[in-house]
Amino acid sequence: MSNVLVIARLTVAEAVRRRIVWVLAGLTLLSVALTTWGVERLVSLARAGQTTDLEIQLGVSQVLILVAFMFSLVLAMTAAFLGAPAIASDLESGVAHAILARPIRRADLIVGRWLGLVVVVVLYAAASGLLEVVAVGFVSGYTPPQPLIAVGFLAAQAVVLLTLSILLSTRLPAIAAGAICVVAFGLGWMAGVFAGIGRFFDAGPLVTAAEASRWLLPSDGLWRGAIYGLEPPGVVLLTLGPTGTAAQANPFFAPTLPPAQFIAWSVVWIAIVLALAVASFARRDL
Amino acid sequence: MIIETDGLAKRYGRADALVDLTMRVDAGEVFGFLGPNGAGKTTAVKLLLGLARPTRGRGSVLGAPLGDRATRRRIGYLPELFRYQPWLHAREVVELHGRLIGGGIDRSRQAVDRILEEVGLADRADDLVGGFSKGMQQRLGLGVALLGAPTLIVLDEPTSALDPVGRADVRTIIRRAREAGSTIFLNSHLLTEVERVCDRVAIVDRGRVLADGRLDDLLGAPAVRIRVTDLPPPAKVALERFGRVAAGEDDWLTISGIEPDSVPDAVAAIAGAGGRVHAVDAGRATLEERYMELIGRAESA
Repeated sequence: MSNVLVIARLTVAEAVRRRIVWVLAGLTLLSVALTTWGVERLVSLARAGQTTDLEIQLGVSQVLILVAFMFSLVLAMTAAFLGAPAIASDLESGVAHAILARPIRRADLIVGRWLGLVVVVVLYAAASGLLEVVAVGFVSGYTPPQPLIAVGFLAAQAVVLLTLSILLSTRLPAIAAGAICVVAFGLGWMAGVFAGIGRFFDAGPLVTAAEASRWLLPSDGLWRGAIYGLEPPGVVLLTLGPTGTAAQANPFFAPTLPPAQFIAWSVVWIAIVLALAVASFARRDL
Repeated sequence: MIIETDGLAKRYGRADALVDLTMRVDAGEVFGFLGPNGAGKTTAVKLLLGLARPTRGRGSVLGAPLGDRATRRRIGYLPELFRYQPWLHAREVVELHGRLIGGGIDRSRQAVDRILEEVGLADRADDLVGGFSKGMQQRLGLGVALLGAPTLIVLDEPTSALDPVGRADVRTIIRRAREAGSTIFLNSHLLTEVERVCDRVAIVDRGRVLADGRLDDLLGAPAVRIRVTDLPPPAKVALERFGRVAAGEDDWLTISGIEPDSVPDAVAAIAGAGGRVHAVDAGRATLEERYMELIGRAESA
């Protein structure tokens, strides 16, 4: 087994043994149970009030997007605080010294840690996202058109933040690395909101700055992909009418999937940041 | 040659951790690397293992440049900060390091049990490392360092967390490893430890080797220890004509390199200068005295 896989397996085992996975699973079950109960209540009330099925579907889709936003925040925080100590804490405790005195490349440690955490984060995103979709579908009858795409974009957003936190972890203490990632996530999301509002008011420089930040940290762009996967096609068609520009300022609406170039850039971005983490760690005195 | 360094230096920011490390360690010996805290001992170890890069100078370990990855397969290392994954069982830590070494290292249950038995952890093999005392973690680190019968074993303060029984065990383990053909680089500030197991010693301070050689050579010069009080400082300086003078604890003076015939003259000189002689102990210097003498001389320079 290659050293990368040895470290990746060790990382997954750590997440399981340190009860991180179990805590996440417990919180997910609790969140899904509470939100599903809430959706079921809303749907029951709406049906009693003679609301049409189409209106119920629209309402449930919006609630689902808000729930997805909560999960995206949880995923982002999880990714940031799993990635941030991945290297920094091992260096502070001395665990890394014993490992790196073995015939292992420093790059193996970085990539192995990254790979192991990607597995944890992606599995968590898939399990929590799909469970929520299935549970809400069961009580409301509404299933989003492309749940796998939504989960995929949510996971990709988490991987972006995870990779950034690992880069920062090669030079900064864990708490600082985690905090920077969370702030970056928040700023990225706000930049997306500003871009939408800027477009509505035709504020060129604001749109340019906000768009640039979206490419600098692709987390918000990927979040828009998750939204698109959860929206009923009818909502998209309706909002692309005369009020389309205004609707695009809504941070919980996405008229299209992110462009292919942006998706490709996100993959390249992850590769670049991971390469920077490897380079940064390779040059560091331990 | 197992280790060879030439003018190795390491600078962290504005601080010199190592200034000019020139030394060699031969195959099959237990080499003691001695020095006070902050002398640069751990920095030297990190340079030898490739955990840090030298600012200047060069060196080789097992015939390969410092930090060579393949060479690390033949090196066992117990870090000064011996911490292992607290959520793994002791057995799993040893197995993990076996995997990382690769190259057909025996990771069978029997091989792992043998290692853990050697370091006194046979009955804790299936316990979580997180529940181990510091001493037990250090024992585990020692076991990890012995894994695969490495050609070179680097031990950085291997007894810092151990009780007297543990220290005796470590001495036994070191001797056994040498008999099995390993070379041991022992980094320590515990003089008695080094004196008991090392064949050769280098004494370092402020990033420089102050003296190195076989213990017999370092300590071989005849010396006399005199317990004296009320000796005026000028008289102490005057004693330098008999040999190197070093003041120790409890009013003991050591004169190293003194000719045995001159001992009565030295005692007479002390008495003549007004010093009160309480005891005279002729013999050779201990490592502690030699060490204090060298470190003291370096500090006054």
